Formats: sequence, C-alpha cells, structure tokens
Amino acid sequence: MNAMRHIKGWLLVSPLLSVLSFFLLIPVGVIVMVSFWGSSEYSYYPAFQFENYQYLFTSKVTVSVYLKTLMFTAITWFFCLTIGFTVAYFLAFHVKSLTMQITLFLLCTIPFWTSNIIRMISWIPFLGRNGIANNTLQNWGWIDEPLEWLLFSEFAVILAFVHLFCLFMIVPIFNTMMRIDRSLVEAARDAGASGYQVLRHVIIPLSKPGIMIGSIFVVTLVMGDFITVRFMSGGQSASVGRMISNEIGLLQYPAASASAVVLLLTVLLMVGAMLRMVDIRREL
Amino acid sequence: MNKRGLSFYLLAIFFTAFVAFLYGPTLTIAILSFQGPQGGLTFPMNGTSVHWFHNLFEQQAVGDIWGSFRRSMSLGLIVMVVTVVVSVMGGLAFRHRFKGSSVVFYIVITSLIIPSILISLGVGILFNLLDWDVHWSTSGLGSQLTWTLPFGLLIMFAVFNRFDAAYEEAARDLGATNWQTLRHVVLPIIAPSLIGVALFGFTLSYDEFARTLLTAGSYNTLPLEIYGMTTSVTTPVLYALGTLTTCFSFVMIALFLLLAKLSQRKVSKSTQ
Repeated sequence: MNAMRHIKGWLLVSPLLSVLSFFLLIPVGVIVMVSFWGSSEYSYYPAFQFENYQYLFTSKVTVSVYLKTLMFTAITWFFCLTIGFTVAYFLAFHVKSLTMQITLFLLCTIPFWTSNIIRMISWIPFLGRNGIANNTLQNWGWIDEPLEWLLFSEFAVILAFVHLFCLFMIVPIFNTMMRIDRSLVEAARDAGASGYQVLRHVIIPLSKPGIMIGSIFVVTLVMGDFITVRFMSGGQSASVGRMISNEIGLLQYPAASASAVVLLLTVLLMVGAMLRMVDIRREL
Repeated sequence: MNKRGLSFYLLAIFFTAFVAFLYGPTLTIAILSFQGPQGGLTFPMNGTSVHWFHNLFEQQAVGDIWGSFRRSMSLGLIVMVVTVVVSVMGGLAFRHRFKGSSVVFYIVITSLIIPSILISLGVGILFNLLDWDVHWSTSGLGSQLTWTLPFGLLIMFAVFNRFDAAYEEAARDLGATNWQTLRHVVLPIIAPSLIGVALFGFTLSYDEFARTLLTAGSYNTLPLEIYGMTTSVTTPVLYALGTLTTCFSFVMIALFLLLAKLSQRKVSKSTQ
C-alpha cells in the first residue's frame, strides 16, 4: 500500500516532470556543457576549456555590468516593496467588505495578464521629449526645457520595472495578510498599542513570508531581465541579461553560456539566502 | 474602530494614485491610437480618426500581424489545456508526500525563478545540437510551459490545501471508486479554480516574450511581432495594435472571471 502511494505520486507527476526535464533541466545541463566549449567566428565546437570563464572574470565590463544590474535590482526592490506593502496593507486591513477587497485586488492584478511589451510602449507618450510629463512641468513653470532623462534612461528602466513587477509583491503580501488572525490585531489594540505599533510589531512580522516571496519574484525578474533594460534605456544601458542576449545575437553560444551559468548561480545564491528566512511550502 | 481615521484616507489616496500609475499609460495610448492620419506618437492630438486601426487591417502596412495573432491564439489555447491537465495531475500527486516529492517541488520553483534568457538560450542550443528546427509549436510551446506550469501548480497547491477531504470520504463510504470520486466529487468542486489556472495558462502564454524569443523560430508570435515593430514603426499604428491586443486580453480575462463566478455558484449550490 505504501509503495503504491509512491508509484501513484510519480505517475501523476510524470507529465510535469517530463516537460520540465526536457525544457528546463536538460537545457540548463546543455548550457553548463557548452560553457566549456570553444568557438570560432561563426560556429562552436566541443572542447573542455575555461577560456569563456577566464574571459568573463578578467573583463572589467563584467564587474560594472553586474554592479549596474544589482543597482537596478536594489532600487526596484525597494520601490516595489514600499508600494506593494502599502497597497496590500490598505486592501487587507482598511477595506472592510470582502467584495470590495476582491474587486480592488482584481483591479491591481489585471495588468499582470496583459502584455508587458505594450505596457512598456505605453510610457512613450508620457515620458517623451514632448510627452505629458514634460509638457505639464513646463506649463507649471517648473522647468524651462524638456527633461531629456525621462525616456530612454536608467530612470525609465526603473520606472518600467516597478510598473511591471509591483504586482508580484502585492499578491503574496496581500495573501499573507489576509491570513493574519484579526484577533491578534484587536488584542494588540486592547493592550493599548497605537496604530503604528500594531503595524510595526504585529502586522509586519506576520507579513514576512509574503514579503520574502514577493522579493524573490522581483529580484529574480530584474536580475534576469534583458528586454526592459534594452527598450526603456533606448539601448544605452547594460545589464547581465542584455550582455547574454548580445552574445547570443553574435552567435557566441559558449560565451553566452558561461555568462548564463554565472547569472544562474548568482540568482540561486540570492534566492537561497532569502529562502532561509521562509518556508514556502507552508505558505501556500 | 468603525470610525475611519486619517490613515484610511491617506492610504485610499495612495491606492488611487497607484491604480492611476498602473492604468494611466495604457489609457494614454488608447486615446492616442485615435490620432488623425497626420498625428504623431505624443500629444497633442492631430484630429481624431480610426485611420491607424484601419491601417492594421491593410496587409502591406506592417508585418504579419494577423498571422502572428493566429499563432499566439493557437499557442495560448494549447498551453492553456496542457497547463490545466498537467497542473491538476501534479496537484493531485502532491496531496500525499511521495519519495522525491520535495525534489520535484524544488524543480518547479527553479522553473519559476530561473532567468528567462536561460530557457531561451538552453532550448535554442539543445534544438541546435539535436539538429531540430525551432518552431513555436514545439520549442516555443515547451519553453512557455516552463513559465505557466509553476503558476498552475502553485494555484493547485493552494486549492488542495483548502480542500475538505470529508467530501471524498463520504463518496468512498457510499461505494464510489477512486476514479468516480475524482470525476464526480473532486473535479466539480475544484472546477472554479481550474478556470483560474486556465486564465493564467492562456494569458501568460499569449503575452509571453522572453522565453519564446529564441525558441519560436521563423514564425513570430504576436508579442515578438510587436517587439520587432518597436524598432521600425514610428507611427501610432503601434498604439492601435497595443490597444487592440490589450482590449482582447481584457475580454478574455472578463470571460474567464465570469465563467469562474458562474461555476462557483453552481458548486456552492450543489454542495449545500
């Protein structure tokens, strides 16, 4: 009977495992393998050499690109967390009716199901040289000349990141907050805690799992991004993902693979550190 | 506690501003897509017209939009069906711990957090080494599944964690076989959530970009086509396309939510 249970489990999970084996595990294996291969101008050939890694680790570009990517990640994470927590807190604790909560929550999640590319393009009329932001500021007399750094800049990259990925922070935090026992909040109030103290000593600690899951999403999405950076910076800013996609464009697969392996290890280390603080299986 | 304090109003203002931030840009391009024929990419409006929408329906105006739309639509539906079936099976598997279940769980999490470019690159090289052609319906499909399946499975985890096993026990006590219990008790009860999984499967595939970039082959999906257009098209036709496909997404979301609501009502009626 016990063996039966294991077999049944494996049978049920086998379609899932086949898809992920062929399109996740084997491709990652292939990337690791090819990262040791050699390449000529137009092709690549089997070898076992460390040239790709050597080049990667001795290049000054690598360090600066990683620093820039980490900077994007840190700033995006900070804004997503601040906005995401505030929105989730408002929905979970200040909106009283469940119907209203669900409606407003859906309002926040619907953009998640629409196209990221379109949502990036949507910033052009807003941030462009003659865009709404510049015109408004000029009309108000705050600036004399249009600001050039609004669109196709690092500012635009971070704005788009926050715009695209905020939802990944709101959803898990809201989910965790909805499961906080309301009597704990009342107990704290009865014991004389102020609104701020309730937030600081009851709600924030109990929301930590949601905050962690949201952070994992935001950090991994920004670390691996290559489209937002390219589009919103007008091709002027670099990131690790872009570096890899450029190498792919030049058909330098071994070099791209080595960069990808290093990126994957970096992301896994960051996620591993965050996972130590929360047991995700318990949070579902 | 019933009296709404200052903090409520401050937070409500913050929330409203956030929603404006979320939807404002999309609304802006929706308005601008009605630019007159001479209009540009920014305000002011140079007259109003449906010129740019009209432009979309002219074959020669811009790439192969309708072909890519059809491909995205088919791919979305395939991904949707596979995601629902595989996620339900996976969800059922994880109801009881089995040997190695935590390994499978971590593979699923990896699939979710792995930078998309690794999937694109890895699948691309794999197909290259095997001497297979990349095509949206093979390598593209598989790559998208690595993104939709984890979401589907996580939803199923949440569903089964809240599932009351008493219904199943009752069915078994009445002599139902395992299959009958699943078919007539479990599946009808979880049906509304399955519509949620289907919504994720379809929309995430329909808009997917990063994992399909190197794996779709020579026939583009719609997001890839739009991305290609951003570098060459500098007229509001881009906005018209964006508005149209966003509207399409909204219609699909509304449809799924409506279906979920209807089946929810059916379930709560039949379990009372």
